[in-house]
Amino acid sequence: MVGATPPAEPEPEHPPAPEQEPAPEHPPEPEQPPAPPPLPEDAEIARVFRQEYGRAVAVLTRILGDIGLAEDAVQDAFTAAVQRWPAAGTPPSPAGWIITTARNRAIDRLRREAGREDRHAQAALLQAAGAGAAAATPEELLLDELSGEGTVDDDRLRLMFTCCHPALATNAQVALTLRLLGGLTTAEIARAFLVPEATMAQRLVRAKAKIRDARIPYRVPQGAELPGRLQPVLAVVYLIFNEGYSPSSGAGPVRGDLCREAIRLGRLLAALMPDEPEVQGLLALMLLIESRRAARLDPARRDGDGGVVLLADQDRRLWDRGLIAEGQELVRRCLRRNRPGPYQLQAAINAVHSDAPAAAATDWRQILRLYDQLLDAAPGPVAALNRAVALAEVEGPERALHLIEGLGLEGYHLLHAVRADFLVRLGRPEEAAAAYRTALELAGSAAERAFLESRLRGLKAWDQEA
Amino acid sequence: MAQYLLSIYQPVGPAPAPEVLEPIMRDLEALNGEMKAAGAWVFAAGLHPTDSATVVRQQGSEVMITDGPFAEAKEHLGGFTVIEAADLDAALGWAGKLTRATTLPVEVRPVQH
Repeated sequence: MVGATPPAEPEPEHPPAPEQEPAPEHPPEPEQPPAPPPLPEDAEIARVFRQEYGRAVAVLTRILGDIGLAEDAVQDAFTAAVQRWPAAGTPPSPAGWIITTARNRAIDRLRREAGREDRHAQAALLQAAGAGAAAATPEELLLDELSGEGTVDDDRLRLMFTCCHPALATNAQVALTLRLLGGLTTAEIARAFLVPEATMAQRLVRAKAKIRDARIPYRVPQGAELPGRLQPVLAVVYLIFNEGYSPSSGAGPVRGDLCREAIRLGRLLAALMPDEPEVQGLLALMLLIESRRAARLDPARRDGDGGVVLLADQDRRLWDRGLIAEGQELVRRCLRRNRPGPYQLQAAINAVHSDAPAAAATDWRQILRLYDQLLDAAPGPVAALNRAVALAEVEGPERALHLIEGLGLEGYHLLHAVRADFLVRLGRPEEAAAAYRTALELAGSAAERAFLESRLRGLKAWDQEA
Repeated sequence: MAQYLLSIYQPVGPAPAPEVLEPIMRDLEALNGEMKAAGAWVFAAGLHPTDSATVVRQQGSEVMITDGPFAEAKEHLGGFTVIEAADLDAALGWAGKLTRATTLPVEVRPVQH
């Protein structure tokens, strides 16, 4: 049954970087301890929290001019909601209530601190008072702040560019984006990236301190500056998605949440930047990969391989047709625009896979052409590896096997898995077994290891029969 | 407005040949002029090599004087510029021009105020 080994699933182009801790972390600054996660007890409040936290922090950051103050204010507002809503009922506009309450609490808090001659607080108070000075009642303020959804969305876009500013390390960009825009708790983010919660808390505190002290601006870059600044924003969203889709190690319940969160952020970006084709391409790419989740990770379907099902073996009836249709429509719009980029090309490759009613019907020539374009636009060893997989489908594995040597991916388990697959098809089972064993040593997650073990067992069974 | 220290790091070793150094100094002077015209320039200086450095530190009740730079390193502070800028992006813009003019890496740090 190993005879026609299917090609490997096209993997994301950037394997998630393993967490690299810089030298010893400094203890958090005493005056700014990590904010305790809010404890929304009511299910309705928890839902509002998850949905509106990022929006509220973004608006309050604009009003107060400081992320730390904004977070404190929004935490205060949710604490008030936990006390009030269960008895008084959920207000008609929960987001408006949270934002209004947060603003009022922030002004109260700043008035107290301004009395202690805190220049920082005084500056923020001036800014806050100026932002809503004319609005005396909560309703007026609500109108003021929420009159145009556009304003609030612009705030979130600004916050995204602040969180993903190139002056911040990538792991800090990811953590800030999930914390401030996703509303994930520090504990959840720490679990998702397998670092101790204290480490993650310190990372967030330091990143926020840098934003404040170095004055990282809160605005969407314009003109010539935008393309360079957009790149890390897209990279962070895709990194979050990848970490959810193929965890670099271990497994955790938060992982599916990471994919959903990345898609949510991707949708927000796509709605706010409709003229940026790579933003649309990234959303299409995530939707098309996500559409195969049920078919790829169904532990009940196969025993012994821990639930990873290769693209060619997937039950295509389990694919989410709605997500595919949405992703393909975005890809078509990108094609019409004809300003290709790496995310659009990867989305197009996934769209070709989604088109095939069965694995054997896959248009590999088209996929190979797209990989050629991708390597032109964004040369990289992982893209070259995936191109080799497509090449093996078009013309057999011989030349492809030669091409993947010397890519410099010896530490990447998928290189060895692909190599093993090629060797099986070339009738060289002993070398294939050795390659699978190398892949096994390097594989991070339990699911991937279990899958490779089942391949290795299949190979031995086949060898004994022969 | 805030102030930022732009530190220019240069490798240890002899100064570049005059034909290399001259265009750099010209570019640097032009950049200082541009910073002044924009109201961003506060102060700038180039430093003598670390051979000329002396370290002074308190030890008990004494003040110790020793020869040499504070830390031996492959790169050291070769000069610096203090600028006034609205935010980090504006400071990074000037730092980009400074690194192009000097062909050396520049560290940007906000000044406490």
